[in-house]
Formats: sequence, structure tokens, C-alpha cells
Amino acid sequence: MKSIALGQYYPSNSILHRIDPRIKIILAILYIVCSFLCKNIISYAVLALSAVILILISKIPLKIIFGGLKAVLFVLIFTSLINIFWTTGEYLLLDWLFIHIYLEGIYAAIFMVIRITALIIGTSVFMTYTTTPIDLTDSIEDLLSPLKKLHVPVHEFAMMMTIALRFIPTLVEETDKIMTAQKARGVDFSSGSLVSRAKALIPVLIPLFVSAFNRASDLATAMECRCYHGGDGRTRMKVRHIRFVDFIPLFIILILGTSLVVLNILGIGFTM
Amino acid sequence: MNPFIKVSGLSYQYDDVEESNNKAPILNNVSLEINEGEFVAVLGHNGSGKSTFAKLLNMILIPTEGEILINGKNICDPDMTDDDVLELRKNIGMVFQNPDNQLVATIVEDDVAFGPENLGIAPDEIRKRVDDALRDVGMSEYAHHEPHRLSGGQKQRVAIAGIMAMMPRCIIFDESTAMLDPMGRKEVMNSIVRLNREKNITVIMITHYMEEAAMADRIVVIDDGRIILDGTPFDVFEEEELLKSCGLNVPQSTALVHLLQNDGLNIDGKCVGLEECADAIAALILKEV
Repeated sequence: MKSIALGQYYPSNSILHRIDPRIKIILAILYIVCSFLCKNIISYAVLALSAVILILISKIPLKIIFGGLKAVLFVLIFTSLINIFWTTGEYLLLDWLFIHIYLEGIYAAIFMVIRITALIIGTSVFMTYTTTPIDLTDSIEDLLSPLKKLHVPVHEFAMMMTIALRFIPTLVEETDKIMTAQKARGVDFSSGSLVSRAKALIPVLIPLFVSAFNRASDLATAMECRCYHGGDGRTRMKVRHIRFVDFIPLFIILILGTSLVVLNILGIGFTM
Repeated sequence: MNPFIKVSGLSYQYDDVEESNNKAPILNNVSLEINEGEFVAVLGHNGSGKSTFAKLLNMILIPTEGEILINGKNICDPDMTDDDVLELRKNIGMVFQNPDNQLVATIVEDDVAFGPENLGIAPDEIRKRVDDALRDVGMSEYAHHEPHRLSGGQKQRVAIAGIMAMMPRCIIFDESTAMLDPMGRKEVMNSIVRLNREKNITVIMITHYMEEAAMADRIVVIDDGRIILDGTPFDVFEEEELLKSCGLNVPQSTALVHLLQNDGLNIDGKCVGLEECADAIAALILKEV
């Protein structure tokens, strides 16, 4: 319960931390595109290398990165097993009873693992680990601000995100407390059938909802007292100006993308 | 000099009284004047209407009857524009009971900046105000922390800084120490007293802790929606019987002094606070010896 899977911010002073968050969101999107551009061994090797470089320059401890990957470990294992056993191709490696393993299958599995890990490392290193949640929501607001012209409530949406992020740890703590309180009253969360365990959660959920609504009402009053009146006429303490250096990572990732495309065209190595 | 806050004939009744048979208004014909720079404690047991009174002062609630003049401006006027309301709330800040439910942002300094941001203040000025406000409550070193990792007292001080950054002339504390441990309560009380003494900010402190009320310049006791006592802590605590009749007790130190006086000991001086009472008793012991 203590560690929250949402990939929390890791404070540090790396280059990645200092890039403008709006640029980082674009970088993350471009990085996702890059990971889907890969088609052969060399381009996947380049992708894997870029992920390693990202981790190194972000100065985030490997323990935290692997902790984040643990959540998708099952998906990784499952997809690679499916790829190994169900991909057919030309080079048969093992033919025993009903199991046929082809070289293509092994490659497909490795590629899939590299792609998924790179996707997760890329997005979390660019966004969640190196950018504070509030910077993230602020920049999403900035990037989507053209939609305000179409009367899309961008500011309200960003505010909701910020508040949700702010209250996740508070509500997790509260859930812990309620569960302990209900355990003390004899509720058993860990045994019995799935249905009875789900039912045991009801006495946790109801107080949690009640308290969440009370909190919401309190917070609304407190925000009103602090002169909150929507996005109109609001300023920001941290005004970000995109500097020239912020464009350098964009160039780098564009070079990465083009080189991946070139590698695909050259077709060196094992192509999928 | 005109009083900063002038309340006359104020009554308030919640709309949803149908469920309860109790049709009595929560506040009944309250009149009160508070001057700029005063430190007023509002005392009362649960349901006496003291929190309602606070919420009326910055237009979270609108009075059923009566008039509230803030700085000479009638805030019950239906012609109040949205800008007037903002101006009022900028001047009269409010700190609530639950520290968790009033922090908006995920980083301390961002939260302190929330108020001034809403007021549309220039970024450089906000920066300065946030730094000043955090220094005033002694939380500068926590500027980049996440609120949920702070203790209750620290969170509450951040909440105070958030109000301070709007540069209000008056801050209302609505039982802001009720959910804190003794340490946190002390931290917050120290901050409150400093704001009043050093920044000359009018403080209205809603509480039911006698020890805290003893630190104020003036105590107003509300019971069943009426003001029953209004005076210096010393004068109010003299009325021990009246306080007891509305479910309140005098601070332990004062109670001790009263007991000693009833036993015929001659303790002189108007002592209310813990230190003062201790000094007075010590002086008496020295004299007797």
C-alpha cells in the first residue's frame, strides 16, 4: 500500500529534470513513435541503447526503474511466451512433440520485450520520474490550450488532475486506516472465496467514499476562500520560457527517429 | 476610528431545518465590533454557532438577517460583484480544521502560490510572497516537499502560509488546531501569535481550547447563537460559573488560581496564561516564606 504504482517523481538535478516539461511530453510521444519504427536487430539494439542512455542521464537509480517495470513483468513474460511458441517461420530450432520453436519466435519475443521496456522507460523517464505531477498537468494544460478556443474546459481538466494527484496518497493512507479499523472489528480480507473477499471490501469502500466526499466539500470551501474562480485571470508563479537548449533533445530524438527509418530501409540484420 | 469588522443584528438559520425539530437559528442577533490588529478568540462548545459565524465573515454563507460591515463595506449587499467578493476573501483569509483538506497542490511552494495565482498577481511578486510567507511560518526548508509527507502541524503552517501569501488583513482560524497533536498545536499557535504581533494581522481564532484562548487579547464566548461574554481573558475567566453553564471550563492554571483564591490565599496580578499563573504562585510562595 505504501508505494504507489503511479510512477512517482524522483527529485534530482539531471539534464532531463531541467528540460521544459512541455518539451518532455512531446519527447515522450516521439519516443513512443520511435519504438514503433524499429524493424530489425540493429534498430532494436539502437532503441535498447537509447533507453539505457536515458536511464543514465536521468540519474534515476536502477532499483526504481526496475520497480516500475515489475508491474508489467507478467505482460512481458506472457507476450514473450506467446511469441516464442506461436510464431512460425523458416528456421526451426526445436521440434519436440507439439512444441515447435522457430528462430523468428525467439527474435519476436526479444523485440517485444525491448519495445515494451523501452516504451515504459521512455515515457516514465521523460514524464513521471523527472517531471513533478504539477508540472505535467500544467504543461498538458499549456499544450492543449488551443482547445480553449473550442470551449473545451482545459483548465478545469488540468485542475482536476492536479487535485486527483494530490489526494492519491491521502486516500491511500485513509484506506489503510479504514482497513486496519475494520480488521480490528473482525473483518477478514485475506481468506474465503473471491466473492466473500470482494464483499469484505464493502465496509472499506463505503467509509472511504463518504470521507472522500467530505474532503471534496471541505476542499471546495477552502479553495473558494483562497479566491479560486476558475482559470480566468489566473497567473502562474512558475512561468516557463522555452529556451534554445530545450530544442536540442528534440533534434536528438528526431535524429534517432530518422536513423531508425534509415536502418529499416538498409535492412541490415534480422528484419521482422 | 471605524472598526475593521462591524457585525450588527446578525442571524443565521440553515435551510435544511425540516429534518430537525429545532427551528432555532444557529446565530441569533449577534452584534460585535473587531478592530484592526486585534487578536480575538471565539469560544463555544460544539454547535454553538461559532464556525457559522466565521463562515459568514467571508461570504461562504450569507446571513439570514443583519449586517456585516468589513472595512466600512456592507458585504450583505446583494449588489456585491464577483470582484468585490474576491477582494473580501483576499482581505479575510481562513484556515480550516483539517490540514489535509485545504492543500491543493502536490508541492508545498506550489500550494502557497495557489492563492496569489488566483488573484492574478505577477509571477515575480508571487515568488517573493511565497518565500516570505514560508519564512514567516518557519517552513522555508520544506518548500519543495510533498504535503502528505509533512506532520499535521507542518501542514497547517503551510496552509497558513498559503493564506499569508494573499496578504490578508485578517485571518480566521476555524478550529485550526483541533486535529493536531500537542506539538503541532504549539507550532501553529506560535505562528498565529507571531502573525498578530509582528505583522499586525487581525486574528479571529475559533476554538474550544481554553489554553489557546488565554493567549488572545480578547475572548468572545458564544452559546446557543448568542454572545454571552466578551472581554479580556482575565475578565472572561472570572466568570467561571457562567462558562461552566455553557459547557466550557477555565484553563487549568486559572482554575488552580481560583481555587487558591477561594482558600483565602491572596494571589495578586491578573494572571491568565500558564507562565503568568506559575509566576504569580511562585511570587506568593516567596512572600509567605
